[in-house]
Amino acid sequence: MSIVKNLVSGTNFDASSLTALQKVTLRAVVMSFLFYGLAAIEGTLMRVALVNPNIPPIFGSPEHYFSIMTVHPIVGIFGSTYQLVFAAFMFLIPFLTKKPLYSVGLANFVWINITVGTAMAWIAAFIWHYAPLYTLYWPLPADINQFSTLGGIVFIIGVALIMIGTLGFIYNIYATIFARVGVHANKTTKELLISGFGIDGMLNLIYKLMGKPPYSKEPALSLPVVAIFRGTVDTFLDALVILGAGILVLVYLLADASGATWDVHAIDALLYKNFFWWGLDLVADGLVLIYVAGSWYLLATIITGQKLFMENVARAALLLELVVSWMVWSHHLLGDQGQPEMMKLISGEMVTAFELLTQGLALFITLVTLWKARPLKMTMELKYLLGGLVGFGLAVPAAIIQADMGMNRILHNTQWIIGAHVHVALIVGLYMTLYSAVYVLWPMLTNNTRLFSSKLSNAHYWLHLIGGIGMGAFMGMAGLDGMLRRHFYMNGEYHTFMILAAICAIMLVVAWLLFLSNIVLSVGVKGLIGIFLPAEDETATYGIEPQPAVVKTLKK
Amino acid sequence: MSFETSVELLRFHNVAYTIYALFIISVVAWFGYNLTRPEKAKSVVRIPFYGYIAFLVAGGVGHHIFTYNTIPWVSEDIMRHEIKPDKTFDIEMADHKFKLPEEKMKIHYGDRVYFNVKSHDLVYGFGLFRQDGSMISQMQVNPGSRNDLLWTFNECGVFDLMSTEYSGPEGNNMIIKDAVEVTGCDKGGKS
Repeated sequence: MSIVKNLVSGTNFDASSLTALQKVTLRAVVMSFLFYGLAAIEGTLMRVALVNPNIPPIFGSPEHYFSIMTVHPIVGIFGSTYQLVFAAFMFLIPFLTKKPLYSVGLANFVWINITVGTAMAWIAAFIWHYAPLYTLYWPLPADINQFSTLGGIVFIIGVALIMIGTLGFIYNIYATIFARVGVHANKTTKELLISGFGIDGMLNLIYKLMGKPPYSKEPALSLPVVAIFRGTVDTFLDALVILGAGILVLVYLLADASGATWDVHAIDALLYKNFFWWGLDLVADGLVLIYVAGSWYLLATIITGQKLFMENVARAALLLELVVSWMVWSHHLLGDQGQPEMMKLISGEMVTAFELLTQGLALFITLVTLWKARPLKMTMELKYLLGGLVGFGLAVPAAIIQADMGMNRILHNTQWIIGAHVHVALIVGLYMTLYSAVYVLWPMLTNNTRLFSSKLSNAHYWLHLIGGIGMGAFMGMAGLDGMLRRHFYMNGEYHTFMILAAICAIMLVVAWLLFLSNIVLSVGVKGLIGIFLPAEDETATYGIEPQPAVVKTLKK
Repeated sequence: MSFETSVELLRFHNVAYTIYALFIISVVAWFGYNLTRPEKAKSVVRIPFYGYIAFLVAGGVGHHIFTYNTIPWVSEDIMRHEIKPDKTFDIEMADHKFKLPEEKMKIHYGDRVYFNVKSHDLVYGFGLFRQDGSMISQMQVNPGSRNDLLWTFNECGVFDLMSTEYSGPEGNNMIIKDAVEVTGCDKGGKS
């Protein structure tokens, strides 16, 4: 009876008490976790299909298998991760800068665009089996002999909508940061830029070495805001590249639809790969690592209630990452023999190796900040933060190992890459960090709503952690035995590892179901619906009393 | 120390990474346990900050120096245009099919073989695999650019050829069983 009551009304959640900022954040969070579930189910279907290829809905069909493989990262990365990160940051920037969000309407535009765009990409793969994979290696996305032109057009428009939503997020973030209101009323754009790029942290370190007083005792922007500012630069460049690639594919598909036949070989496949990987790698090696480092710093300071250890070094490391993240894309092209050897050596190996330094620094600073605040209570947010640290502690060295001309020759495109590196980084490293943020932000976003069950939270934690590490490990072991990542094995190859990886994948789906149940039973179906109804309170800030004049003006 | 074949290298890699993975999980677990204890934990080892930074830099750069000196195909690959191969095979790829110069590419143990592969349409992969499914070597095959692999065969056997890059669902069948045969291990080589 109690469960039915919770299912309908939640614990003590009251959607009508939420502000516009809280509501728009929660809308994106809800969509994000629904897409996460879809990505988890898709991933599990693929894992189980490698044990039994005839499971429904795949039924031993490579067309269907690769359609799922194409949309799985679109749903997982853009539909879920982007939405969750964007929602958190569009809430945190006003919270941390004590200024209102530039536009709640634009924030609504962002989640709606990303949701519709993701759904369109999914539909293109589901109905038309459009399956060029997320890599979109030219000229495959324009190969009308294999794929439906209409399916391709729907898919590309979907991805374009996601990128337009992304640009909306970027505008909202920078417009909020550069707004000359509240604590930044007297700051110049130059001061905000210097702080945003971490230049003040670097200058403070140099001045200290020279025995001078610090360049800036009170930086204009707090460190987590610097990380968001810096990571958003990469998000912008990445959006431009993906949009550019999308336009190219769309032009060819529209030409085909109009009856024209264009030569796909007018575009150089290797040059395209360089362009595309430069942009796509800004997601993996740019914004993810930078956003994650910023999130660790924020979580560590909120959990401990203390200042971050070695803050100037952390700021300077974010500046170093600016150089690193823009110059590492060639590690994706170590198996391409037409790629100049010097680019492989410098960009693919040497600069990439610096990610060990930047991420190692972030790990160190976070751990020491926590350590200095002992004893701490092992809360859910702390547990998840430690899980996130383990994830990147495993995944980053795995990446450095494969970003090597010797190792890449036998690891490229194997399950090692996608298992031991990518899925451990995303599922364990990134998502456990995001879950930590969810637990930290939960009371702020829901006005102190009680969680239905801490037992469900713990069960979710352990299933997610063990399932994530286990799946990555067994996929990685299969990769070391030669199993490819983009091949549908249908004759029981690598069977033992695939059974174990499938069991871990199922654990991840069960973990998600437990998390979802806990959230639904906390906010109730009524509360969920209420989140999507218009807010009565149009406040676009959080934690400021009294409201700044600009907010009052907006409310009038 | 030198790895003659990918099997030796992968075995080493498997052990080394497993030890590292267990180490980092244990460190964070120990850390988490001690975070909650009221009494101060004894330091197992004290790592100075700059020592840690030096370790990260040395680890990142040293890894490449280690592989350059222990994996023979790295320097061979970089210098492949200066090295005269013992044998050359020109291979073409189009319409999700390999076109081999001969039905079975026969190679002698220890030969340096130059594979020159051309794609006429899509991006493919060129990978050689042992009968147990483990990989010998691979490269990407892009249309419109050079795709050449110099490989010294330090092992005998019959190997399969497979496209290692996705080229659409039709590419899933791009496998040629027993495409390469390496013989001669009984004459001074390995068996």
